[in-house]
Amino acid sequence: MNRFLPRALLAPAVVTLFLWMIVPLLMTIYFSVIRYNLMQPGEVGFIGLENYQYFLTDPSFGTAIVNTLMLLASVIAITVIGGVALALLIDEPFPGRALVRVLLISPFFVMPTVNALLWKHMMMNPIYGVFAQVSRFLGVQPVDWMTDLPLFSVILMVAWQWLPFATLIFVTALQSMNREQLEAARMDGATYLQQLRYLYVPHLGRSIAVVIMIEMIFLMSIFAEIYTTTGGGPGDASTNLAFLIFKQALLNFDAGVASAGALLAIVLANIVAIFLIRMIGKNLD
Amino acid sequence: MATAPGLSPALIVRTVIAWLVTLVIFFPLGWLVLTAFKTELQAISVPPQLFFTPTLDNFVEVERRSDYLLYAKNSLITSVVSTLLGLAIALPAAYSMAFFRNRWTRDLLMWMLSTKMMPAVGALVPIYVLAQTAGLLDTRTALIIVFTLSNLPIMVWMLYSHMRDIPHEILEAARMDGATLWQEFRRVLLPLAMGGLFSTGLLCLVLAWNEAFWALNLTAAKAGTLAALIASYSSPEGLFWAKLSCASLMAIAPIVVFGWFSQRQLVQGLTFGAVK
Repeated sequence: MNRFLPRALLAPAVVTLFLWMIVPLLMTIYFSVIRYNLMQPGEVGFIGLENYQYFLTDPSFGTAIVNTLMLLASVIAITVIGGVALALLIDEPFPGRALVRVLLISPFFVMPTVNALLWKHMMMNPIYGVFAQVSRFLGVQPVDWMTDLPLFSVILMVAWQWLPFATLIFVTALQSMNREQLEAARMDGATYLQQLRYLYVPHLGRSIAVVIMIEMIFLMSIFAEIYTTTGGGPGDASTNLAFLIFKQALLNFDAGVASAGALLAIVLANIVAIFLIRMIGKNLD
Repeated sequence: MATAPGLSPALIVRTVIAWLVTLVIFFPLGWLVLTAFKTELQAISVPPQLFFTPTLDNFVEVERRSDYLLYAKNSLITSVVSTLLGLAIALPAAYSMAFFRNRWTRDLLMWMLSTKMMPAVGALVPIYVLAQTAGLLDTRTALIIVFTLSNLPIMVWMLYSHMRDIPHEILEAARMDGATLWQEFRRVLLPLAMGGLFSTGLLCLVLAWNEAFWALNLTAAKAGTLAALIASYSSPEGLFWAKLSCASLMAIAPIVVFGWFSQRQLVQGLTFGAVK
């Protein structure tokens, strides 16, 4: 086998991905240092770091960073903890287990726009929504979710979508548990907490890492859920970095400022990526 | 305990809890399905109605009002074509990396994954401008290109992790017996890699079908996918919950049913082979 063939086979993927990365990146860098408003195509000129200054000093920027991280951390925490609990619950056979699996995975296949509208209207509407009706039935004042708890509402929707995914990964991982070891621990009188601490959680370590990695990839750029429900508001209460850049680009038509923001988002993503690659580098070899 | 036959109290408790939790998680979807068959009045009635005479009017109305079939066609074409295209590019690359490992392989894989971590919004302005310049705004071609490229890293990774598990000796044995490279690929490798190819394709199909960011930003009335169609129902023009539910149901039903049948392969595939 010559050395040419393997490279030739690799080339299409590497070249297309490289172009997919480098062309937008160079364009973004260029746009970020010029005056570039999509509505005023005539006024173009070099303005140095003004766009960055504008984006960084915009009070929305800090809020967006905090919201992005809050969203990331909350959803990961909910799905990992909830997923492990659910996986342990359905790990051993019980009547209807196959059907439970099918029903549980369903939210994962629901597209983000449907997910968002379903929750916004049918679940969380303060008058006709299911939550409001249940609240009134219990004699509690219904919550106006989109206005009073916008970020939490988005977190809830996204977590609903990803919890099934985490659960099924953990269920798959639990199937390879050493049953004899478990049996032996039970014989020796290990409490459930001890079994959890010394047997289950260590066994799940690798799959927890995988779930965190995959969720980070997708949660960094949550967009449709915000776009279709809160529109980032009220104010900036549920604006994450992705949505803030979108607002600058396609609502304010300021491609220059949006590009500066995009570069900052890329830097942030790379920081997270380095952290992740270290983590999975250990876990995937 | 699992070995004890019959209904022990512990088993009953676990069954009840498991079913309760499952029903709570599935409830919003179940509610969506019910609402799709209600009239608009029933959909917002207080208290909510669990039992009612189902109607199919919403389905007729949604198709009449928003040309569901056009959007469905766009979804189908963009997701299937981008998946096939992606597989065609990713398969040779994964094969090359799995069977001709060198010291760069690992770094290359990590680099590919890192491109996936770039938030899509980072490329929004350039891609929008490029699509505009090329006259590709609101075309299926633009979506197919973008879907293919953004799923490519995941495809290479998944295929690579499947192929890594195929023993090299089998391929070498075929080579010894005088198989040409094409025969080796077609007769030996492909059958062994079929499972991986299948689950990778499934996942990318689901991801492309549900993709909303690029669909919302690059398309309008001509090339819009179902994900974009549904977003247009978010406009605050009154409460059309029954129609919204109905359109939503029609948008998600194909992929959810598809997912039910393939969930095992999907989940296994998505772990990048790290969870057995």
